[in-house]
Amino acid sequence: MKVSLFLTCLADVVYPASVGKSTVEILERLGCEVDFPKKQTCCGQPAFNSGFHRESRDVAKHMIKTFEEAEYVVSPSGSCVTMLHEYSKLFSEDPEWQERAKALSDKSFELTQFIVDVLKVDDVGAEFHGNVTYHTSCHMTRLLKVKEAPMKLLENVKGLKFTELPNKQQCCGFGGTFSVKMVPISEQMVNEKVEHIEETDAEVLIGADLGCLMNIGGRIERQGKPIKVMHIAEVLNSQA
Amino acid sequence: MGVKIGEGKFFERVDKGINDKFMRKAVKEAQTRLEGRKTQTTEEMGNWEDWRDLSEEIRQHTLENLDYYLDQFVENVAKQGGHVFFAEDAAEANEYITSVVKKKEAKNIIKSKSMVTEEISMNEALEELGCNVVESDLGEWILQLDDHDPPSHIVVPALHKNKEQIRDTFRDKRKYDKSSDPNELAQFAREQLRKDFLSAEVGITGCNFAVAESGTVSLVTNEGNARMATTLPKTQITVMGMERIVPTWKELDILVSMLCRSAVGQKLTSYITGLTATKEEGDVDGPEEFHVVIVDNGRSKILGTQFQSALQCIRCAACINVCPVYRHVGGHSYGSIYPGPIGAVLTPLLEGYDDHKELPYASTLCAACTDACPVKIPLHELLVEHRRVIVEQSGKSSFGEKLAMKGYAYAASNPSVYKIGSSSAPSFIGHVAKGEDGHGKGPGPVKLWTDIRDLPEPTGDTFRKWYVNREKGGGKS
Repeated sequence: MKVSLFLTCLADVVYPASVGKSTVEILERLGCEVDFPKKQTCCGQPAFNSGFHRESRDVAKHMIKTFEEAEYVVSPSGSCVTMLHEYSKLFSEDPEWQERAKALSDKSFELTQFIVDVLKVDDVGAEFHGNVTYHTSCHMTRLLKVKEAPMKLLENVKGLKFTELPNKQQCCGFGGTFSVKMVPISEQMVNEKVEHIEETDAEVLIGADLGCLMNIGGRIERQGKPIKVMHIAEVLNSQA
Repeated sequence: MGVKIGEGKFFERVDKGINDKFMRKAVKEAQTRLEGRKTQTTEEMGNWEDWRDLSEEIRQHTLENLDYYLDQFVENVAKQGGHVFFAEDAAEANEYITSVVKKKEAKNIIKSKSMVTEEISMNEALEELGCNVVESDLGEWILQLDDHDPPSHIVVPALHKNKEQIRDTFRDKRKYDKSSDPNELAQFAREQLRKDFLSAEVGITGCNFAVAESGTVSLVTNEGNARMATTLPKTQITVMGMERIVPTWKELDILVSMLCRSAVGQKLTSYITGLTATKEEGDVDGPEEFHVVIVDNGRSKILGTQFQSALQCIRCAACINVCPVYRHVGGHSYGSIYPGPIGAVLTPLLEGYDDHKELPYASTLCAACTDACPVKIPLHELLVEHRRVIVEQSGKSSFGEKLAMKGYAYAASNPSVYKIGSSSAPSFIGHVAKGEDGHGKGPGPVKLWTDIRDLPEPTGDTFRKWYVNREKGGGKS
């Protein structure tokens, strides 16, 4: 099966190689042939959510073209895949582009969703020792409606001691530009999230969206707490 | 009171809210309690999503045919001897209401809870006439006694107060001398309100739903106060937003159930009242004269626009009860009698952006509100739509933001430009990652980010470098 990786701008620009590398390695281990279209950029969500729809249309067109030849598009982010699914709304008055947008949306999957729903795999053979908890990011669960897949995969990771996060449904306070536009509110939200993570005694917080992890992890770092933040791809790529 | 409440700028109100430790504890507890009960009563239905679909369909159908159903409702009220008045705005509504009260030479007015009467500042208009207007909903009565403290929630208006604060208000304003025990407080309120119910010449209510096929006004309460306010006084005035219509009793049944479950997690509230026209011969109770004031006040401007779905709202506050922003800042921070996600959508529609331009941005777009809404208003999408209007039509977005977004879009649709930015990002991030002594460092948004958080440390290669090396190596590492 041929898979094109949509890395996302955060994994591309802000974070080191680990998340993308883990994604590629897991998919290859599961028998996929992975390529990385180098012209890819960002999904356009920062502009779209800020109301700059003309600008996000330009970005969407670029991404549609970049992935036009792909059989499947897989990304280690529920939020960015949700944005790919929004593209067709951007072209409600342009049937040609709307069709191309829909084609992209139909073949785009978040990583855990792709593994469980398309590859039909629940156990990726990973092993990771430690007390962990998992943050269910909002766009992935509420908009993309991927709730079970990450849990199924984590259940089958050897050595993992999992504790459910209290109030897990609550947003961490990232919200893209919200995190810098509404700093005092975002601060209260992420503080509450960190308190709940501490209640679980987890050494590692796992998540499937780098936006949330950058927010929660950044706050944990600032508070000097001994909790590590990992992307689910990194955990699923861990071996004994 | 009007839609706008409170003084000061948005961020000043937010700071005040964040620093009000009691209010925040009360809101958290109330959200947990209300949301917990809602989940329980909706899950027991087994097919909650089907009920949401049906309710959305009912509301959409009604709005699409609003003129028809309003006509039918008005005709049925008039046929049974009731009087109907269409008010285009707050001034017209108040003029009509005060004229009825003047004609009755009424001095004492008892009210049941109604957001639309707050919206049009009806109490103030009646007080100017010299009337004594008494709120009979317990929460609203507490706020009224406490020098007209504004509501902070559309269903639980005094959510921000604890029982000790309520005891103090009763003591200062009504010489209450008992404890802060809720039973004693409620008993005192009953005794106080009883004489107001008995002396009122006019009863004024809101309207949860008006049934077109029978000309009935339906009210939902847990205290029975709306029933008292509509049976004891000789004249009844009902004030309703023009969108509060259901076609028949069948739809009323469904929407009342959705409202009670979503608002307070009850299958039904203690009292569901249906009032049709005046009392008939032989009836012991009921008004001799019945007026309905149908208020537009900006609603018809929303019809037919991309915001029409906001009018589907049945005022259950389910979106408020799950909102993580409301949770930390409380209702007064919104500066509107309609707080939370629905308030952030509705307030700028009713009042314009000038005084409320921050509201569409006071959301992480987490969509908890959209998921909670029993009539499926896509609240987070409407907030994005507001942002789009602000950018494209009202020209109210800042020059800096415009520039940043244009730059972003240019880079994100031109890979060669994106590559330059991305290759210099790690060293830049490394420079500002930790801020300085907890204070932000770096330009614009980066400074705001590092005000409260660190940035990830750019250790090791970027993905692109790893990928290219691997390609060159020809094999898999």
